Amino acid sequence: MESNGLKGKNLVVVQLSGGNDYLNTVVPYQDGLYYDYRPNMGLRGESVIPVDDRIGFNSHMAPFKRMYDRGMVAVIMGVGYPEPNRSHFRSMDIWHTAEPLTSSSEGWLGKVTRALDPEGRNPVTAVNFGRGLPRALAYPGVSVASVGALESYGLYTGLAGAHNRDALLDTVSRIYQPMSEEGFPSLRILQTGRGALDGADLLRQAPGHHNSSVEYPEDNPIAQSLKGVAQVTSAHLGTRIFYTAHGSFDTHTNELVNHTLLWDQLSEAVECFWADMEEQGAADDTVMWMFSEFGRRVADNGTGTDHGSGGCAFLIGPSVKGGLYGDYPNLDSAAQLDGDVRYNTDYRDVYATILESFMELESEPILNSRFGQLDLATV
Amino acid sequence: MDVELMAQLLRRAGFGTTRDQIDKYLQQGYEATVEELLNPVHREPEDQDLMDRYFVASVEARSPGHADPQWAWRLATNPNPLEEKIALFWHGLMAVGGVKLDHGLEMLTEIELFRRFGLGRFEDLLLEISRNPGMMYWLDNQNSHSGAPNENYGRELLELFSMGIDENGEGAYSEDDVKAAARAFTGWASEVTPPPFFLGPFPMVFRFNPDDHDDSEKTFLGQTGNWNGDDIVRIISEQRATARFVAMRLYDYFVSDTPNDEEIERLSDVFEENDGEIRAVLRAIFNSDHFKSEDVRYRKMKSPSDLVFGTVRLVDRFDLPELDSGTLANNTLFMGQHLLNPPSVEGWHEGEEWVDSGALIERINFASAEVSRTDGRGVQRMLARVRDAGDELDGAEFVEACLDAMGSIDVSPRTRSILIDHANGHGTPWETDASDSTDRAVEMFQLIVSTPDYQYC
Repeated sequence: MESNGLKGKNLVVVQLSGGNDYLNTVVPYQDGLYYDYRPNMGLRGESVIPVDDRIGFNSHMAPFKRMYDRGMVAVIMGVGYPEPNRSHFRSMDIWHTAEPLTSSSEGWLGKVTRALDPEGRNPVTAVNFGRGLPRALAYPGVSVASVGALESYGLYTGLAGAHNRDALLDTVSRIYQPMSEEGFPSLRILQTGRGALDGADLLRQAPGHHNSSVEYPEDNPIAQSLKGVAQVTSAHLGTRIFYTAHGSFDTHTNELVNHTLLWDQLSEAVECFWADMEEQGAADDTVMWMFSEFGRRVADNGTGTDHGSGGCAFLIGPSVKGGLYGDYPNLDSAAQLDGDVRYNTDYRDVYATILESFMELESEPILNSRFGQLDLATV
Repeated sequence: MDVELMAQLLRRAGFGTTRDQIDKYLQQGYEATVEELLNPVHREPEDQDLMDRYFVASVEARSPGHADPQWAWRLATNPNPLEEKIALFWHGLMAVGGVKLDHGLEMLTEIELFRRFGLGRFEDLLLEISRNPGMMYWLDNQNSHSGAPNENYGRELLELFSMGIDENGEGAYSEDDVKAAARAFTGWASEVTPPPFFLGPFPMVFRFNPDDHDDSEKTFLGQTGNWNGDDIVRIISEQRATARFVAMRLYDYFVSDTPNDEEIERLSDVFEENDGEIRAVLRAIFNSDHFKSEDVRYRKMKSPSDLVFGTVRLVDRFDLPELDSGTLANNTLFMGQHLLNPPSVEGWHEGEEWVDSGALIERINFASAEVSRTDGRGVQRMLARVRDAGDELDGAEFVEACLDAMGSIDVSPRTRSILIDHANGHGTPWETDASDSTDRAVEMFQLIVSTPDYQYC
């Protein structure tokens, strides 16, 4: 299936679930206050890779730093939204719906999918790697493929002893033909079934289209998801939105072990992915958005950190103007918001920028309002 | 006696059941079954102790995630299915979500409240939920003080729980009524009690604080007095708009995805004539010619809960609350229904919105795996029934025997003819004694739960 003729870039979302600790990701390593607030969790010396004379990356982000040095990583510091909510669910909903103040069940990327494919012609315009639809992709009438693993995606793949799978699929495929609504309230269920079957066929074959010298680590779940993204990209199915998640970053305890492991996995996976994208010639057509529902408290709790507000996010790709955006973390007690880093960049400004500067879409109908633009694109 | 009708009653008033169970109900008759369903003997579940022993993390559940296994077990096994069905109805209508109320114990308290009061008088239910600490926290009533009322509860009480609004966002009440209701509920608060064990959740109890209650005169829906919260609930429950709103939502949940104004008017009358008793409205639904007609048969999309717990009940596989049953709620989540965490204060939208392509794949994969459990009681009974239908069955007979064995499912003529083609594709009739008789029957069960027809109830 060819792309639908729209020029914008494909969007790869990497959700850091659980609340990624901003201050141990982008470390204010010259700020005495950081070490005052984090007597146990503060990163020192070789645990920090300096980025400039004020901040550095967690040393477990070495591949990330290499990409940063190539100018393809925009670090958005202090990103957040008004009236921060410290519940995982609610805060994630806020990021997913682009509505910080009212509860909504419509996802911003669901609306993007609708804008990209208004008639719902392509069942794989948006592909989620994981089971269950993230609310970001939920929108009435928009179908999204949710894939556990590409090779085993589709109907009856987990059925024990399903030697009869082909026979089952043949018959089910005959039944789900949207030709007559006799017996049903409308054609919709049949169309949905058709989309599901077609989408499954397309996606399951995607790995066969992928030739790459990049070796994604096997025991790294986010690397495997991003490999899936690369496979679907190489199959040219017209997929425009890819959704992946990594975690859990909910590091209330044992943070120095857990947080670093997660970033080891993530940095390696992301570096593999971009090497692969370049090999496929798809890097310039792709942009990656990495966010978390919130940052964590400024002060540690002994062995970890609790839920906070303002955090950091990343926009990555060769079309991104790399560098540091937003204000440096200000840990002065007067500058804090109830013990958290105060946000200084509205996340919807980044959404608007992704939509307008990278996806070539009008942001206002999707975000319900006009937001500022950040200067993040190289052209 | 109409097997199809009885099967529909059990799908709507419950989650569907086995063919054997339908036979038992048929022996006592339709109306007697309606009464049995409407009058569950409420008791502490005998299996609470069992649940506590098997779902250890679920005891005094901290988060909604810890509470899931308990409700999933009851949804899958409660012998009074309407208790769970009505609890799920009110959970969707008076939605309290784990997104804010991160307190599993309180969530289960609410579900139990809905079981106990969900079939009784609407006014009693509304009063109970207004005194419910989880609800008060969810809608900020603990922040509502005399002189500084928080309007959240007053507004949602009117808009979402009782009188409703029309397509234009207009309700049969004014902003002044919202404010009066909010003032009447000032002083309705809760307090936490000590946790039962170290690091356990803090159970919450209702407490009325007279010093924080605005006792001055208020005019609410045209009536003036020194109203307290219970007066507001009483006045709301007397409104025609309330009767109509509740009738509409019950119709939507129990009868059809397509509204029927005539029926909703009739049910609103029943609501008023019976002092707002939900049981009376449901009786009027289930015994109506409309409910029994072809117009509404298979005209409701199964919710993920209908699909998951209906299929689990069909295959009748659980004796004990084992780990698998604890994770059933994950399956409804994968299909788009996160129990104990509705998407918003509005609850869930019923109908075709439930099924997108990802959800349909989850539904088919889940249901086809369940009916493949040949070691389970339910599937064995299904196989036995197919065998009872005859030693040798041609395609049409075989499909009919399988549909009947699965709780008298009906499918559209087109679906049926494709299923018959599939059966005939084997080249020989189905034979009881043939070595592939079980495989062929299971394959047909797998196909039947994969049909679009099976997505409706």
